[in-house]
Amino acid sequence: MNSRSFVAIDDIDKQEMLDLLERARYFEAHPNSKILDGKVVATLFFEPSTRTRLSFETAVNRLGGRVIGFSDASTSSTSKGETLKDTIKMVANYADIIVMRHFLEGAARYATEVTDVPVVNAGDGSNQHPSQTMLDLYSILKTQGTLEGLTITMVGDLKYGRTVHSLVMALRYFKPRFNFVSSPQLRMPEPYLEICRQEGLEYAEHTDFSPEVINSSDILYMTRVQRERFSDAMEYEKVKNLYTLRNAMLAGAKPNLRILHPLPRVNEVDRDVDDNDKAYYFEQARNGVFARQAILTRALGIDPRSND
Amino acid sequence: MTKELKELAVAALRNGTVIDHIPSKALFRAVRILGIEGLDTSVTIGNNLQSNKLGSKGIIKVAEVEFSEDELNRIAIIAPSAIVNIIRDYEVVEKRPVVLSDTLVGLVRCGNPKCITNHEPTPTRFEVVNREDVELRCHYCGHTYKSSDIEIIK
Repeated sequence: MNSRSFVAIDDIDKQEMLDLLERARYFEAHPNSKILDGKVVATLFFEPSTRTRLSFETAVNRLGGRVIGFSDASTSSTSKGETLKDTIKMVANYADIIVMRHFLEGAARYATEVTDVPVVNAGDGSNQHPSQTMLDLYSILKTQGTLEGLTITMVGDLKYGRTVHSLVMALRYFKPRFNFVSSPQLRMPEPYLEICRQEGLEYAEHTDFSPEVINSSDILYMTRVQRERFSDAMEYEKVKNLYTLRNAMLAGAKPNLRILHPLPRVNEVDRDVDDNDKAYYFEQARNGVFARQAILTRALGIDPRSND
Repeated sequence: MTKELKELAVAALRNGTVIDHIPSKALFRAVRILGIEGLDTSVTIGNNLQSNKLGSKGIIKVAEVEFSEDELNRIAIIAPSAIVNIIRDYEVVEKRPVVLSDTLVGLVRCGNPKCITNHEPTPTRFEVVNREDVELRCHYCGHTYKSSDIEIIK
């Protein structure tokens, strides 16, 4: 793999993670500049994802780079049966960096093996989505002033939710205490609990989304429970409202508590939470631009801070 | 009884290969991987034989055939304890364990239908994450497979 590609959160160590967060902080203070002037960024979205694509494209545009690409595989030659390898090799002739999202797992890792142009994974099926993790980390850092020793409560679908898995992997460097709140069917998978044990991290699993759990938290990370995860429709109906956060539940929360959600939400965060100062999910999405500016400049070997 | 069978199994071969210390439950998978059904030289297969190391073992004895490294490496995936004996003119000229490499390229199929390797013309790649009780992890999609779920490419 070419060294500047970013496929999975495990590709980088704590030091590189802190460097990316430092860059994101810089870009929040200086969102517009011309440091990508003359650079062409390809955004290849084999699977549509408006939010992620717009966030990456905004990140490029604000830094003066140009974007080529497609937002749907049906408009690319993939629909004519071209292999991913051929598409990547072709695009690598045109662009300085490739940002790709694909419905197949491992697609981004594979892409790094067929080209020397850096590849940034913008999501490969249910596998990895490291730029989401970086924006989550940046949001936690920004709202709490530190990443060290926080109580992080993850709620909802902990089994299939790749965002919570990657966040556990990233936060393991920072001595968090975890609360994992879910129905028994959607528990945090054993390999991630094993990592917590190996790293000596305190964690507790709960089926009850109780005031005690909420009131002890610094971060509430809410996720969507998807209907398609349940083979039994009755089970889904039973579970879907158990893990909904309502404004009244925040009465005894710590003042520094912030609520994060990768979005889109359905009903797991009630609309009545939106006006609470603790609701942070819309700002969280805004941080995605800075986190992606950090990732793109790192991948291109450009240090924005060197000009100051 | 066991002693007699051992003599029969190993000593009677003039030229060929004996693969010993195959766990009993892996024996018939090993037979399939080596393509033994298609051979026309003499073949002896024993199973559920007493073994001090494994409790119960299988053995495959094939006359006039020496298997390639590649074929024996496939055996290592399902039977990492297996021992290969090369026989020439009634003598064991070589006796060595099969070797399970750290990375397996193009030997195992990924069972995840959404894995890129099931859609692109590219060899699969697996890392061995547990050597004792063999467990493999797909380099691309990250799915892990325990020994009994591993699908070996012929």
